[in-house]
Amino acid sequence: MDLKEWFASRQKRKELQENIKQPLTTEEYCALWTQCFQCRELLYTKDLRANLQVCPKCQYHFRVGALDRIDQMADAGSFVELDAVMTSTDPLKFFDTEAYAKRQQEACRKSGLKEAVVTGIAAINGQPVALGAMDFGHFGGSMGSVVGEKVTRLAEEATSNRIPLIVVSSSGGARMQEGILSLMQMAKTSSALKTYHEAGGLYISILAEPTFGGVTASFAMLGDLVIAEPGARIGFAGRRVIEQTIRQKLPADFQTAEYLLKHGQVDMVVERSNLKDRLSRIISYHDLTRTGPAGEPANGTVKSGQLTK
Amino acid sequence: MMATNEKKIIPLEFEQPLAVLAQQIEALERQLGDNPDLEGDIDRLQEQYTQLKKSLYVNLRPIDHLAIARHSQRPYSRDYFAIWDPGFIELHGDRTGADDEAMVGGLLTLGGIKMVAVGTQKGRSLREKQACNFGMPQPEGYRKALRLFRHADKFGLPILTLIDTPGAYPGLSAEEHNQAQAIAENLFELSGLTVPVVAVVTGEGGSGGALAIGVANRILMLEHSVYSVISPEGCASILWRSNDKVSDACQAMKMTAREILQLGVIDQVIDEPLGGAHHDYQLAASNLACAVVKQMTGLMKMSKEEVRRDRQNKFRNFGAFTEV
Ligand SMILES: [Zn+2]
Repeated sequence: MDLKEWFASRQKRKELQENIKQPLTTEEYCALWTQCFQCRELLYTKDLRANLQVCPKCQYHFRVGALDRIDQMADAGSFVELDAVMTSTDPLKFFDTEAYAKRQQEACRKSGLKEAVVTGIAAINGQPVALGAMDFGHFGGSMGSVVGEKVTRLAEEATSNRIPLIVVSSSGGARMQEGILSLMQMAKTSSALKTYHEAGGLYISILAEPTFGGVTASFAMLGDLVIAEPGARIGFAGRRVIEQTIRQKLPADFQTAEYLLKHGQVDMVVERSNLKDRLSRIISYHDLTRTGPAGEPANGTVKSGQLTK
Repeated sequence: MMATNEKKIIPLEFEQPLAVLAQQIEALERQLGDNPDLEGDIDRLQEQYTQLKKSLYVNLRPIDHLAIARHSQRPYSRDYFAIWDPGFIELHGDRTGADDEAMVGGLLTLGGIKMVAVGTQKGRSLREKQACNFGMPQPEGYRKALRLFRHADKFGLPILTLIDTPGAYPGLSAEEHNQAQAIAENLFELSGLTVPVVAVVTGEGGSGGALAIGVANRILMLEHSVYSVISPEGCASILWRSNDKVSDACQAMKMTAREILQLGVIDQVIDEPLGGAHHDYQLAASNLACAVVKQMTGLMKMSKEEVRRDRQNKFRNFGAFTEV
């Protein structure tokens, strides 16, 4: 092998390596494949998504982003978003190891969302509903002023239109960076739900992996009906905090959807593939024209059928 | 100043210089019998003590307020109820299986107003502390409070709540009995009551466990009390991943009475005796009573519907966001 040939082959080897390397950057590899947390099976991400983010092998329910969740539940093209431009300010000028403002930017970049909940009006098998979905991927799904305000307005929208309200919760709890104002969102959302309740509304709360803290202790637990997703961890205090407090080991299935079902805290655990259908059937039992104070017609703008093109 | 006939007040860490001075005065006072000349020295030290005490409490750090709010001798709900109304009629139980001692409630007369009073209760002795779960209610405690709120609503009695809790109890049975739902239901039901509700944070306002009896028309805080979305220890461990950043967490969360007043969440800060409520129970109780009666009297002029809407509007407006 002369020098020229050697160089040529080296060049070729280099190109070959680069070609092989390129599709295998960790990021791209991870985007392509997802390992199941539960059964460790390597799943093709595209297939997983097509299967509603449920492992086809062991039925493990992966977390779902807010937009995907809405896609899964609402009739195609029916979702009209409310308050899409609402964003958090920084009322406390909060700074821990980094400024809250910077953390917010980072959260938006990661999730592609403006905030940890997406709300709007949608149709479920032709039935108009007020629908909200939280996104754990945005700031841990934490509730600050915006999440509180959007959920409150969604409940108000459902009240004035007298349509069912469905909120899918997935949250670590209240957002510390907005301090006491975050805490007050618990009362604000609960108060809006009280008004909705008295107007005769039907609120179905869906608890997805994970739902904790201030979200569980406010709107997530206030459903007329409460549905949990299989395997979702749901509670007030986190497992670690409880273990430190009581200094004893907790049952392995503690705070899972199935554990809550056993302890009378949720109405049912529903697999994601059945969720839309189940919601539709439940709604059909509840005629909201017959509930609430007599003689008070809905004064909203959404008409039944408006959303069913 | 040196209250000799009362129980000795335990100094806090930031009060050590004051405690040292007090010890010197005491030592001199003991020698006074043998040496009457010491009287001048004692007077001088007394004067120093008074000055130091005044300046010490002017610029307290948030973590100092926290220490006063948590002082083991701070008056608790039962102390206030007893001072205000020796005829306080305590009501027990949630009616479904338990009487949580971390939540006290009953019929109270204050400033001539008959009301239902509910408060969290920390224990004083170790036995009491254990019985009260260190002031952390179980779901049964919140349901007991709710039962009393409903009673008040039915009979048109205004409601006073006193808040001093590290938070709702994080335990196995608390979760099994649905702590989250118990808190949520209180928020839900309190927002719909048609009687005036006044809430006072008297010590620690620990997160959802405090708010569960805090959805009120008027929210007041004692000068050194604190109110926060999470304990500063919890905040420090999550955001700083460190146990020695508690002071930073206190600062960042804006949890003192004055800061929360500035944020517009509470209506009034109530003065405490110099150094904190534990220095003078009577004065603390009377300051608190004045503020409560004044607020309650104003609210009692409203109609049922007005009082309810007033409370709902108050909470409806909490939040900071933009829409552009
Ligand atoms: Zn699997």
